[in-house]
Amino acid sequence: MIVLRARPLVLMVLALIPLALASLLIGVADLSGAQGGLILSISRWPRTLAVMLTGAALAVAGVVMQELVRNRFVEPGTTGTGEAAALGLLLATLAFPEAGIGTRMIAASLGGLAGTAVFLSLIRHLPPQEVLLIPLTGLIWSGVLGAVVLHIGWQTDLIQLVGIWLMTGEFSGVIAGRYELLWIAGLAAGLALFAADRLAILGLGDGVARGLGLNPEAVMRLGLVIVAVVTAMVMATVGMIPFLGLVVPNIVSRVMGDNLRASLPVTALAGAGLLLTCDIIGRLLIFPYELPVSTVLGVLGAGVFLWLLWRRPGHD
Amino acid sequence: MTSVGRLPWPGLWLMLALLMVGAVYLLAGLGPRADVVLPLRATRLAGMVVLGVAIAVATVLFQTVSRNRILTPQIMGVDALYILLQTGLVLVLGPVGFATLPVAGKFTLELVVMVLAALALFGTLLGRGSQDVARMILTGVILGILLRSLANLIARLMDPNAFAVVQAESVVSLTRLDAGLLPFAAAVTGLAAGLAVWLAPRLDVAALGRETAVALGLRHDGLVMLALALVAVLVAVATALVGPLTFLGLIVVALARPLAGSARHLPLLITASVLAVLMLVAGQLVFERVLRLQSALPAVLEGAGGVAFLWLLLKGRIR
Amino acid sequence: MIAVSDVHHHIGQAQILRDITLTLPAGKITALIGPNGAGKSTLLSLVARLTPLQQGQITVAGLDVQRAPSRELARTMAILPQNVAVFSRLRVRELVAFGRWPHHQGRPGPQDAAKVAAALHDMGLDDLSHRFLDQLSGGQRQRAHLAMALAQDTPWLLLDEPLAALDMAHARALMQTLARLRDSGKSIVMVLHEVNYAAAWADHVVALKAGRVLAHGTPETVFAPDVLGALYDTRLRVIRQDGRPLVLHHL
Repeated sequence: MIVLRARPLVLMVLALIPLALASLLIGVADLSGAQGGLILSISRWPRTLAVMLTGAALAVAGVVMQELVRNRFVEPGTTGTGEAAALGLLLATLAFPEAGIGTRMIAASLGGLAGTAVFLSLIRHLPPQEVLLIPLTGLIWSGVLGAVVLHIGWQTDLIQLVGIWLMTGEFSGVIAGRYELLWIAGLAAGLALFAADRLAILGLGDGVARGLGLNPEAVMRLGLVIVAVVTAMVMATVGMIPFLGLVVPNIVSRVMGDNLRASLPVTALAGAGLLLTCDIIGRLLIFPYELPVSTVLGVLGAGVFLWLLWRRPGHD
Repeated sequence: MTSVGRLPWPGLWLMLALLMVGAVYLLAGLGPRADVVLPLRATRLAGMVVLGVAIAVATVLFQTVSRNRILTPQIMGVDALYILLQTGLVLVLGPVGFATLPVAGKFTLELVVMVLAALALFGTLLGRGSQDVARMILTGVILGILLRSLANLIARLMDPNAFAVVQAESVVSLTRLDAGLLPFAAAVTGLAAGLAVWLAPRLDVAALGRETAVALGLRHDGLVMLALALVAVLVAVATALVGPLTFLGLIVVALARPLAGSARHLPLLITASVLAVLMLVAGQLVFERVLRLQSALPAVLEGAGGVAFLWLLLKGRIR
Repeated sequence: MIAVSDVHHHIGQAQILRDITLTLPAGKITALIGPNGAGKSTLLSLVARLTPLQQGQITVAGLDVQRAPSRELARTMAILPQNVAVFSRLRVRELVAFGRWPHHQGRPGPQDAAKVAAALHDMGLDDLSHRFLDQLSGGQRQRAHLAMALAQDTPWLLLDEPLAALDMAHARALMQTLARLRDSGKSIVMVLHEVNYAAAWADHVVALKAGRVLAHGTPETVFAPDVLGALYDTRLRVIRQDGRPLVLHHL
């Protein structure tokens, strides 16, 4: 039984190793030269690590969001969390131009928290049987927030910055010293691993959760914080990475179900693997130039979303 | 049935209001350099007229075809299709080849491709998803994201530093109006709007539902395809002029329905068009001259429209 | 025992329960019956602390449901809610295993596995335990949720319409299981839609109508024709079959 459960995990680790190696080796600079070690430690290794942390954290945040909302078609990027975090970041940048990174992080997290809370209160008014209205509401809500952010950015000459946050999440700027915030995202996602059972029970419904002696509101708050912090850290460091939190959990769930205790670590590794793959594709497609990983994922993720939406139900 | 019929009173009042607002927009505070300012304003005013009519007519047609009153073609990603096609044409013809094409020829080519692609894509989608409205709309929204991402990808494959291209596409600006395109856009919009007016009696029948319409002897499916083709053309015009305006059509048509005083398409098309132009011109007047916020109007309209859409969703007005 | 005293409950303007005061005996099968909208599910939900009390007091085995720690309550009573639609893609065994959560809080031991296996067996789910819930029929899913409540292994078991999705064979099997659990000392409270299951299996019956207790006591006292007739506003006949009441209604 334990061996059976461990198998997907082992497979994911085995798949991740060559991907990480490839990520370390791809680039314009020659690693065999005198500067090879330096390039590796300042640029390649931080980038590879950042991609894996981001992928893992976003995939886990996607699962958490789906358990909170009890809907498969949501992720932080389609519920206004990302745009609200960008809004918080933008407002903090405008209000306190001198503020340190800490202030901005807090502003982004609070923004993400508020945006998600509004989304959750919005969908409470939807008829419960209309499952697809929930992602639709989320998409429009994030669209409205995104338009506000873009407009403020345009008015305040910060459009370049806003454009990166909302449209071109990428890792080409990652070097040592400029990605460490992602550890906080990784830490928040790690919290979800510890709370896996609680989140899974919450997904069974408030009544079941309460019946088992759990406080659904407390678990909900924990989940909200995890989602907001992961999204805010990723937004502030590399910008929006669309659809990863939706695609990876859905596929892992199809293969091994939603017993989060067993599936969350696999989801995290799969998220890291998918993002590494997309990053490598982005680096190779027009070498020596780069495509932002968000552009690659935008196409791939939207395609998979459509497939998930239209695949015949009940055959899994 | 085919007579134009009397214009209802609200429509007349709206037109009078539009004339007045238009005159104020053109003439107020001209200053000493009227010879420079007046043509500039006239161009912008003409642009707003074309834009308003295009958006209003496209939305009315699209809502009839999709049998849904909270949709606009842009929510379903029709404008993203246009952006993708434009990028695709640049890829096929090369940036230089694309730029050296005459405006009229280039735009005609775009429109033809757009109509074919829209019929193929949205003809199937609307036909297929009519039972499950939420799934159909969600599909449209995601399709829009997919098409936009593809356009983004293609643009970057051609030019890795295509920052500007991507950003310009995603921010609407009424002041960025392409004057060279305007005469052609006006002609196309006039033609399409005229066609829509001519089709109005048939659209009234189509609005009763496919079964009833067929029973009454209407060539329903052909009409739907024709209406979709008009939608594609009008959305292409609007998008080419100012960029993606997702929700303006929703507000305009939602307000125009009660004002038109009838569920028939002729008064609705006219009222919605006049209202759209009025909102654009009056809004621009307020934001440009009074509040001195050059480019805030589209953002305000889009924000309000998005909130209105959310409100309708939550109110269960999806059907 | 469960003691309900002076409970009133309203949702918006609608008064759902009025002045409910009653005690439900331990070690028995108690059936809550009554027409639609009588307040049966609301009462059960209040007892199970799924709905916050607005007025009055409820204790289960001496624990105040408003004040006692939720975990202690979860080791005292298990609840099967009415709507058990689950979005998660879980295997049957995984779902049932969550019933042990109040006891192990995430560190299951061997006795937990044994209780899960027993609950699966009781509900006839041995062969289905590795299937995903979304591959099951409605009745099978209902049994999986019942097994989860059984696995919780609490002195009290609260079930809201447990027979709703079950066919006759499984309904009978469930009632037999519940009778066996009662004989082993457990107390069961269930909302029943079909009066004859209450007549055949319950030791104690509470009849609710329009938010009030119309009658309660043994099946013999509640299943009198005039009481039942007043309860459902319809004419029916009660005969005796194998020493228990049997309600005949004219269709």
